[in-house]
Amino acid sequence: MVMMHMQAGVGAGSPRPSEAEVWAALSEVPDPEMPIVNLVELGIVRAAEWQGEELVVTITPTFAACPAYEVIGSSIRQRLQAAGAPQVEVRVQHSPAWTTEWMTAAARSKLQAAGLAPPPRHEGNLIQVLMEPVACPRCGSYQTTLRNNFGTTPCRMIYTCVDCKEPFEMFKPL
Amino acid sequence: MPFLPFVPLWREVMERTHQYALSGYLIALADDELILGHRDSEWTGHAPILEEDIAFANLALDEIGHAKLWYELAADLLGEDKTIYPDKLVYFRDAAQFRNIQLAELPKGDWAFSTLRQYLFDAFEALRLEALSQSSYTPLAEIATRIRTEELYHLRHSQAWVLRLVLGTEESGRRMQAALDALWPYARALAAPLPGEADLHAAGIVPSSAALFEHWSSEAIAFLQSANLSIPSSFIPHPSSLVDSRRVHSEYFPALIQDLQAVARLDPEAQW
Repeated sequence: MVMMHMQAGVGAGSPRPSEAEVWAALSEVPDPEMPIVNLVELGIVRAAEWQGEELVVTITPTFAACPAYEVIGSSIRQRLQAAGAPQVEVRVQHSPAWTTEWMTAAARSKLQAAGLAPPPRHEGNLIQVLMEPVACPRCGSYQTTLRNNFGTTPCRMIYTCVDCKEPFEMFKPL
Repeated sequence: MPFLPFVPLWREVMERTHQYALSGYLIALADDELILGHRDSEWTGHAPILEEDIAFANLALDEIGHAKLWYELAADLLGEDKTIYPDKLVYFRDAAQFRNIQLAELPKGDWAFSTLRQYLFDAFEALRLEALSQSSYTPLAEIATRIRTEELYHLRHSQAWVLRLVLGTEESGRRMQAALDALWPYARALAAPLPGEADLHAAGIVPSSAALFEHWSSEAIAFLQSANLSIPSSFIPHPSSLVDSRRVHSEYFPALIQDLQAVARLDPEAQW
């Protein structure tokens, strides 16, 4: 209720944000666990549509058990209300299942630059991609070994680079 | 992209008897995941190496997350509120109402035991999810497809560790064989049908557990033998593991449920 009162001033008199403004605002919401990428380039926002006075945003979690999506929901609501949407509802849709193929080139470059190996493209052939060597995001060497299929979040796995000796994480192809 | 409504339209077309049967089936499926996930979570802070601490915490998170998806689908079928119903099932059923197999509930044992259990379960689940992803009931097929790719990482992990432990030291090999001897009689319960399975299978909604089991046992036996483990001479089920296998629990189960539910039951009205 507090939120409704706070937003009443913003919404009154000003037109509701356009589709482009809505998507621009969504592009400013960082992923809570990898704040260098935003939700749109991560590929988890399926739709943003007005239903009357309510803006309905549909998201698909990366992993089924991803604990971050409740935080993601409240971040989306806050950002869009600040952009002038009077009411925002965030819905979770599990199908079609999210895949790393939906991650944009920009997001992949940002992950790479931050030392997190981006998920290899697999075009549906996950098993084959998992057999292929992984490049160290720091020195580019393919002399890397898998340390763990699981990492600090459900979506990462841990490698070590034989050449530069650094451990690194890779975003799991999914 | 067009907005996809969440109204479960299929509810109109699925027969009522199937709706009810499928909800029971899904709750049993979810119970397996929940209980195994709970046992996995017991390794948090106790695994032999840091990487495996992280791995088992992740396995637990995934399994419990998958359980939640199945409970939510069951809630849809029963017309229950899916934001509330999963918690009701998990925290406020009594031990006797859970429908998981005993394989999932046995205490975590040593590292070899938990790793081998995970492998046996993951290998079976991979086959079941593959079959469920072909279900004639779309919402079920969609969730199975979602979970399936995640489970790929589980199987890859547990398989690798079974090999490492068997081929590691004399002691790790001995512990692995002991784990297999202890778990094998319980694994037989994977063949037992889930609640409602016969009718649902006839309608093309779910696979036959017995058929999956045949496939699984030939795969698992080949893999375990390739790792130099000797397969226990026969598949004699543990006496309590097959007959009514999802209704009868082991002596260890009440304590697990007590542990799982204690906090929620202290204050059922609490908001988290």
